[in-house]
Amino acid sequence: MSTRNILAAIFFAIVAIFLIYSLSSFSEIHEFGNPDQHITPEMDQYIINNTQNETGADNGVTAVVFDYRGFDTLGEATVLFTAVAGVILIFRRLKK
Amino acid sequence: MMGMSRIVKTITSITFPLIMIYGLYIIAHGHLTPGGGFQGGAVVASGCAMVLVAYGSVWTMGKIKEKNLSILESLGAIGFIGIAFFGLIFGLNYFFNNFLLNQSNLPIFNAIGVGLSNINTAGVIPLMNFAVGLKVIAGLFAIVLVMAYGTRLKGGKAE
Repeated sequence: MSTRNILAAIFFAIVAIFLIYSLSSFSEIHEFGNPDQHITPEMDQYIINNTQNETGADNGVTAVVFDYRGFDTLGEATVLFTAVAGVILIFRRLKK
Repeated sequence: MMGMSRIVKTITSITFPLIMIYGLYIIAHGHLTPGGGFQGGAVVASGCAMVLVAYGSVWTMGKIKEKNLSILESLGAIGFIGIAFFGLIFGLNYFFNNFLLNQSNLPIFNAIGVGLSNINTAGVIPLMNFAVGLKVIAGLFAIVLVMAYGTRLKGGKAE
């Protein structure tokens, strides 16, 4: 068994432990159709109450995506940029 | 991939401007109505892909090169990050600062959107919508165009 296989086994064991641990969060999600049963109601209520005053946008989803969570949108745009660059790089050979 | 029949080309010519208007409306009203840069860009890129299918990849590549699409996409990315860095320069010192909000000396930017017709609201969010929309349009259409143009050969020879 080479070192690479051992490292891969350790990596997948860590991923499996993380996935099994994340299963425990399913018990804390509120039921379908029951929005009052919140674990952390402060976050939702804060965004609902203060989005229009703080960002000026009527659309709360866009306000969260482009203002509160701007870094996530930056990562999303980076993923798209990388995908486009990869596809153009691969298909460049087929042009001729 | 050559073009399709004359019927398909005619229907495409009729419906293409409507798809453009709808997608650009979604981008421009991203901070007011459901949608945004990503969604509207996907709609516009779908319309461009329809033109690509109807007219063929060789004709479309003669109209617009994928190099120009790459330039447009990079412009969108630079605009997005540039607006974020402008928030670092002006106003409070943090990234993704909505620095155009509550600027009383700039009358074109109101503070709060009171209705669905008030486009000049929400500070930098519409500008970011435009940047991301440009990026998504150019990126998705570049992917589809390059793949269609790359697979135009059948058995090693052009159709």
